[in-house]
Amino acid sequence: MSTVSLEADRRQAPTGTGNRRGVSRDHWQTRVFGIGRWVVIVLAVIVTVLPFYYMFLLSLRPIEEVLVRPGSLLPSLQELTVSTYTRVLASPESGGQGFLQFLRNSLFVALVTVAFTLLAAIPGSYAIARLRFAGSRWISFTFLAVYLFPPMVLAVPLFTAFTLMGLRGSLAGLALVYIAQTVPVAIYMLRGYFATIPESLEEAGVIDGCSRYQVITRISLPLALPSVMSTALYVFMIAWNEFLFALLFLVERRDRWTVSLGLSQLSGSIEVPTTVLMAGSIVITIPVIVLFFIAERALVEGLTAGAEKG
Amino acid sequence: MPRTSSDRQPADPASQLAAPASGQLGRSTGGPYRDAEAEPAWRPRGRHTLAARDARAGLALISPTILVVAVIVIIPIIWTIMMAFQRVRLINVRRQGIFGHYTLRNFEVVFTAQGFWSSLLTTVIYTVGATVGSIGVGLLVALALRSRFRGRGFIRGLMLLPYVAPVVAVTFCWTTMLDPTFGLINVWGQRFLGWDAGIPFLSQPSTALATVIVFETWRYFPFAFLFITARLGALPVDVEEAARVDGATPWQRFRFVVLPQLGPVLSVLIVLRFIFTFNKFDDVYLLTGGGAGTEVVSVKVFQYLQSRGDLGSAAAQALVLAAALVILMLIYLRANRRSEESAL
Repeated sequence: MSTVSLEADRRQAPTGTGNRRGVSRDHWQTRVFGIGRWVVIVLAVIVTVLPFYYMFLLSLRPIEEVLVRPGSLLPSLQELTVSTYTRVLASPESGGQGFLQFLRNSLFVALVTVAFTLLAAIPGSYAIARLRFAGSRWISFTFLAVYLFPPMVLAVPLFTAFTLMGLRGSLAGLALVYIAQTVPVAIYMLRGYFATIPESLEEAGVIDGCSRYQVITRISLPLALPSVMSTALYVFMIAWNEFLFALLFLVERRDRWTVSLGLSQLSGSIEVPTTVLMAGSIVITIPVIVLFFIAERALVEGLTAGAEKG
Repeated sequence: MPRTSSDRQPADPASQLAAPASGQLGRSTGGPYRDAEAEPAWRPRGRHTLAARDARAGLALISPTILVVAVIVIIPIIWTIMMAFQRVRLINVRRQGIFGHYTLRNFEVVFTAQGFWSSLLTTVIYTVGATVGSIGVGLLVALALRSRFRGRGFIRGLMLLPYVAPVVAVTFCWTTMLDPTFGLINVWGQRFLGWDAGIPFLSQPSTALATVIVFETWRYFPFAFLFITARLGALPVDVEEAARVDGATPWQRFRFVVLPQLGPVLSVLIVLRFIFTFNKFDDVYLLTGGGAGTEVVSVKVFQYLQSRGDLGSAAAQALVLAAALVILMLIYLRANRRSEESAL
């Protein structure tokens, strides 16, 4: 019927009470907020995007040009070059910086981490979300505490243990640490997903003769699959971006450096031109951004699952 | 539906996962944080009930996780505590047994070290600044992007870039942008703002800490933005409509209707951001290396560990970090509870 007239009534309501000052205040506030809102949006976009644009731009300009005209954000097209990328990716033997090797190392560590984290977290989160057992409350509290605990406290003994066992320089050892650190986050995310699957579906499966194991593999897991994928991507991002433990464990072995470690180590030296390292930054940033945009929606929902309930 | 133990499956461990469940699955309507005491009293207890089988399946399913976490997290924490009370160095750690000589010497080293208190203070300033900054900016941007327009989804995605990009890449980009000679900020500052010379933002004590806080705000406002946006999306519209009908101005609608409803998510964010920032190592280390008055406690732990190989002192310093964090969180939670009580 008349949503329009209803809306009009509402607008007039304050005037009807004769509160003219309120109306004008309402009026200018609406205008100020209307403008301020766009100011905030434009500023926020500039501030978030500018560093990435700068990174991308510098990766395409020759270092000499950057030093001559450092403030230019719109360089001429002839100036641009991709030689920085070939230099940063090539192996040190052929005069490059070896980022291809770093990418391989990071990919290995991240994939191993994702695989084992999911292997442990899927059954674990299912158990926490669905089953009651002695100590389940205590266990989920411990996981939360682990998630919030200073990684630095773990760094000391793990560094010592890895040194003693000769595991420093081992990518598998690094992956082991990442697994332990990402399992709590993964459980937290997956638990939320499993909890949203209607129990009646599982009960229907049981009536049809499924065992608990079959309920998980045939009903719950397929339903949670998109969420499992997004959790996998999040864990991948954590492992790919991690820096502290890579620094502690791998710094002496250049051939084992991960992307983060490689970039940080090379940026400390003066010999490598900034533009080449910017190309390296782009190369290591693009995979996570692509993955993120693929999984954005599910990822955001998983991370903020608790927030909506307040 | 009464549960009986008619189902006499042998409880052999191998078949735990596959134990056929007749009747209903164990209900757990409230998440994992539901009290064990809240269990209905009529639930029969015994080896063969569904509840008992569920309990065994639960333990079996979670045990791999517990194993990993215990080996890589719990045991190391205990070892840290032990090392903190032993004079262990990387060179003599092999000879030092677990039941070696216990002493308070490490804490003496840590507490009397130059800059101990100042690094604690730096950590607190850094943490409070970055927490307030990132949540404040996140709130502002979330509100600005609240109502629909073309391209909003895309802009929301852009906002998350600083948070998902590798920290090493973004810190490298920032240090380059802030470079005193050819960094973009200094070039523009001299060209458009009339600065006399390039400002070494990250290496002079008067600006380094503030710059690190700005960086941290930039990098983590997306985190707050995400949570606040999710909450804003779930707010009931009719309350605000009612306020509008009653003649509340836009500011009043925000201040008295929207903001109170954001209270819970904001306090969760404060706790999370505070903890994560307090523990943070990479950002400060990569931006300044801990120089120019930005030496936070976690960077100090790293220095004991890496450059001195002094495991005992590193462990003691790490425990100080953890203890300081716990104390500050307790103070916060206490104050929070009091303010909630007084609000009632």
